[in-house]
Amino acid sequence: MAKRIDVSGLTAYYGSHKAIEDISMTVEPRSVTAFIGPSGCGKSTFLRTLNRMHEVTSGGRVEGKVLLDDEDLYGHGIDPVSVRREVGMVFQRPNPFPTMSIFDNVAAGLRLNGKYKKNELQDVVEKSLKGANLWNEVKDRLNKPGSGLSGGQQQRLCIARAIAVEPNVLLMDEPCSALDPISTLAIEDLIGELKERFTIVIVTHNMQQAARVSDRTAFFNLSAVGQPGRLIEIDDTERIFSNPSVQATEDYISGRFG
Amino acid sequence: MSHAVVNDKRPSTLRGASLPKWSPWAIAAGSIALAVVIGLAGGLDSRAQWGLIAGLLFLLGTYGIAARVEGRRQAKDRIATALVWVAFLIAIVPLASLIWATVQRGTKVLDVYFLTHSMGVVADSEAGGGIYHAIIGSLEQVGLATLIGAPIGILTAIYLVEYGRGNLARAVTFFVDVMTGIPSIVAGLFILSLMLMFDMQPFGFAGSLALAILMMPVVVRSTEEMLKLVPNELREASLALGIPKWRTILKVVVPTSIGGIITGVMLSVARIAGETAPVLLLVFGNPFINTNPFEGAQASLPLYIYQQYSQSAGSTAAYDRAWAASLTLIAFVMILNMVARGIARWKAPKTGR
Repeated sequence: MAKRIDVSGLTAYYGSHKAIEDISMTVEPRSVTAFIGPSGCGKSTFLRTLNRMHEVTSGGRVEGKVLLDDEDLYGHGIDPVSVRREVGMVFQRPNPFPTMSIFDNVAAGLRLNGKYKKNELQDVVEKSLKGANLWNEVKDRLNKPGSGLSGGQQQRLCIARAIAVEPNVLLMDEPCSALDPISTLAIEDLIGELKERFTIVIVTHNMQQAARVSDRTAFFNLSAVGQPGRLIEIDDTERIFSNPSVQATEDYISGRFG
Repeated sequence: MSHAVVNDKRPSTLRGASLPKWSPWAIAAGSIALAVVIGLAGGLDSRAQWGLIAGLLFLLGTYGIAARVEGRRQAKDRIATALVWVAFLIAIVPLASLIWATVQRGTKVLDVYFLTHSMGVVADSEAGGGIYHAIIGSLEQVGLATLIGAPIGILTAIYLVEYGRGNLARAVTFFVDVMTGIPSIVAGLFILSLMLMFDMQPFGFAGSLALAILMMPVVVRSTEEMLKLVPNELREASLALGIPKWRTILKVVVPTSIGGIITGVMLSVARIAGETAPVLLLVFGNPFINTNPFEGAQASLPLYIYQQYSQSAGSTAAYDRAWAASLTLIAFVMILNMVARGIARWKAPKTGR
């Protein structure tokens, strides 16, 4: 299931603006990799290049290679829609589909991809909601609209929706930044469980969170406003937070910058 | 003694003199009374003049009294509120009086007989007859126009919002804007020139084509606005699930905004239901019942109203029929609007637990 991501020499643009430059890294399967760094350093942009969501933004384009188990996501003839089925994504703000019930939200990925059997659907929805630790809270109101849930529940609903299509990789773009500490804890616990099955990449502004949930941590920075963001270093989370090899990382983590 | 200092209460800086709650009503009543006096004394006949004087007095009175009692800042606040109210009343008075006049005069001959009979054997100056043929014509022409105009308009809007980039989209937007400004008679002449080229006689569907031209830009504009309201996050959430773009649009974007889209279509239907000029040119009018919109002249409600008024040489019976047909047309548009609101509410994204 879980696949390795191998990025080499990746540069991403918004129109003529270079957002990130020459990023290379490896993300191990069945692990959690956290991206940290100041705002505007390109963490989210980089994350979005990993499932070709970057090009959805107008003017977005990418140079370089992203290998998903030896297959280049930007290679010739690769269908971005198929890429996104393999590499799922959870966004910063919970965004359940407002016209759909809780059940339909989770089933949306399968249903709208058109490949499912009716009796399977029920099982997949239950399994996904259980996987997102939401089943017990919503099992009695699966037909109610998803927008009636609390923010934390909505975010877990979005995670359930993402894992229902059985991706290999799960990208999370600041999944807890709109949530309270208790919902955050629920999501962090969930990430710990999900990494048994998926490769997880998470962008976060919360360094304690990166330290808590991730196995490896990548630090991004930019030399000045308007300059492209770069990967400063990536290492085991423990090392990054105790003994990073680059001074800038230590400065950022300990709050000394500028 | 220190006690004296404690008892020395300073006036509150938070509380000021204020007019009682009923003061706007009192000022309104006063200015109306004064306006009546001025109107009678000055010998002004027009009630509209009385009303404008009353409105002006209300504004001045509100400002003057509030400025004296409450201070200048509160007075400005009150005059802004008063302006809003006066503008509201000025807008509502003609509307209400129009509906009142139509109901009053339209109900004279409006009955089941009127709705189910045509003008076939009735001369325009005689009493009797009805609007059945015109209702049939209107329904068919407007219905066909909607069948053509609404899908094209909605698809154009989807193109503009979801796909449109660069010069082509800009050109489409420009032409839609230009089309919004086309006078209905010009749309009629356009279809008429085509009809003359092929040497055709007036028929209902030709009117539908002209109405569709008038309807399309309105549908495009309103649908575009509704689609733009759909948050981008929903599109991204759907795309990130590996759902192709066309399915995302069909299953996520359009359902989220379907209420607004339907409302826009209904409003454009209401707009074309009252068009007379292109119908006059292309459908011509027909006192007999013609249920086939593809052959032969038809009638339609606005055209019927116009012809009853203009071709009956001042006959009271014809005027009554024109008023009754107007009332029917207004009721038709009103019912459409209410249906649209109902659908919009029913289809709107659900909230709540």
